[in-house]
Amino acid sequence: MSLLEVRDLAVAFGRTRAVDGISFTLSEGETLGLVGESGCGKSTTALALMRLLHGAELHGSAIFGDCELLRLGETAMRAIRGAQMGMIFQDPGTALHPLIRVGDQVSEVMRAHLGISGEEARARSLELFRKVGIAAPEQRLRAYPHELSGGMCQRVMIAAAIACSPRLLIADEPTTALDVTVQAQILELIRAISRDARMAVILITHDLGVVAGLTDRVAVMYAGRIVEVATTDRLFAAPGHPYSRGLLGSLPKLDSGWNEELPTIPGSIETAAGAGGCRFAPRCPLASEICRNEPPLMAIGEGRFAACWKAS
Amino acid sequence: MVRYLFNRLGQSAVLLIGVSIIGFALMHLAPGGPLAVYTLNPTVTAQDIERVKHQFGLDQPVYVQYFKWAGGLVTGQWGYSFFGGRPVSAIVLERLPATFELMGSSLLLALIIGVAIGMLAAVRRNSILDYATATAAMIALSLPTFWFGLLGIFVFAQTLGWLPAGGIETTGGGGFADRMWHLVLPMLVLAFVLVAQWSRYTRSTMLEILGQDYMRTARAKGLRPARVLLAHGLRAALVPLVTLAGLQLPLLVGGALVTETVFSWPGMGLLFVNALGTRDYPVLMAILMVGALVVVLGNLLADVIVALIDPRIKLGHV
Repeated sequence: MSLLEVRDLAVAFGRTRAVDGISFTLSEGETLGLVGESGCGKSTTALALMRLLHGAELHGSAIFGDCELLRLGETAMRAIRGAQMGMIFQDPGTALHPLIRVGDQVSEVMRAHLGISGEEARARSLELFRKVGIAAPEQRLRAYPHELSGGMCQRVMIAAAIACSPRLLIADEPTTALDVTVQAQILELIRAISRDARMAVILITHDLGVVAGLTDRVAVMYAGRIVEVATTDRLFAAPGHPYSRGLLGSLPKLDSGWNEELPTIPGSIETAAGAGGCRFAPRCPLASEICRNEPPLMAIGEGRFAACWKAS
Repeated sequence: MVRYLFNRLGQSAVLLIGVSIIGFALMHLAPGGPLAVYTLNPTVTAQDIERVKHQFGLDQPVYVQYFKWAGGLVTGQWGYSFFGGRPVSAIVLERLPATFELMGSSLLLALIIGVAIGMLAAVRRNSILDYATATAAMIALSLPTFWFGLLGIFVFAQTLGWLPAGGIETTGGGGFADRMWHLVLPMLVLAFVLVAQWSRYTRSTMLEILGQDYMRTARAKGLRPARVLLAHGLRAALVPLVTLAGLQLPLLVGGALVTETVFSWPGMGLLFVNALGTRDYPVLMAILMVGALVVVLGNLLADVIVALIDPRIKLGHV
């Protein structure tokens, strides 16, 4: 039984299509990584699912439980946001309100959705602060964001996002703005919470290292399209799409020589936005005549799909 | 905090001394003088003028006059008006309530309406409402106040006869209702311009805030739009808005020169205009110093309130 089923989701800002017909499903309790370089449409996808985009045209469908997210009225959508779908953002320093005590920023979600008293919400916030590993939670409830470190702030954001026990947590580059040591702690926290609460997670990142340790499956995005979906193990073992191969190939390896140049994918994403055909073709080492036709997402093995004529 | 206030008040004292010196000097540099009106009067002889000059101490060097006046200011002796001879402090105290009534009511009105319009315009950016209020504000800010005042008098007092054309109450005195009735027109004229300022300022402030990450977080939490806008948006806007309010506080005592003149409103503004005409140095200097004092206190008050709203601001470093 899938929790979220996205079909042909497209997001257009005027004539620009930031997301161009993507489809994926997410099971109850599953963790899906959404990977790709900057501007490929990962964050736009997340914001479209939360219906937080202004002035964007949404096409396709996204069934969450038994709701069609893209056609839900604003009031009904509001009841889902924060309650059934929680979201955390890239920079916890700016995502928290600077003038409101962090405890109140967590409490207000519960007061909005659960109809509980301020007293009760405070008590639950304290519990949540303990759960996300904030030391001295009683004092921290009364702190302001500028008095906390970036990692602490992200823990507060997580506490607010999971306060109403949502069925889906969308984490948009949750560790990008944090120190490397803190990154691991935050990822471990997300993993533990999602496992304990059987909460599905969409983890958006450009960092394949983040995906490797945390996700069950990975969807690789390129220029507004999903080019490959596979279980995390299989993707790392044998990437099917040339773009995925390029991404994995450009990771630094422990055993590579100190003076070896890091492999890169030639070209840039701008040159890919052209007319028809495979969008990766201009940068693809395998491109040939057939790539002038756009490849659909095809099964290339058990639970593996790639949008490439030459995928194996 | 106490130390901070102490420091700021110390700085303010230095500032006020500077203002008093410059104000006093400028006033005495201006051509003419309090006795200029008598020079054309055939019944007043040159000896008379010399005698009055001596009485008022105007024949002494300017710096001597300054120290005499400044000494009096500190000890509460603000001197006497050159015209009528009443104590300056009594004249100012008598005028303050009228100005306070007019400016207080129009500032309050402008604050409420202006902030509301500004927020609506920011939320519905590029809507008809946004363009309409922008145009109205542009008109209010570009046309002179006296023209609005005269237009108001012409329409509501002269033509329709709904409201009195000026004054603070019916001659001979009326009740509370009579005072309010007289207040309406000058208050609205003043508020019109102030609303324009406040709505524009609020709009640009809110636009900046609406684009902030924490506003997206608030919406992602599924909060009601009113809560997102007020508890999160307006809260963040309070800091710049309070600062602007602090800057406008001096209007409360300084009054509005033009509006008070047009509506013969017996406040500080009208007093200042009249005192300027007759070069009534003691009265002018008193108004100047009271105004300067409120500017300084208004800013200090705004800084303290802002520090209370924004925990990131720590008072103590001056």
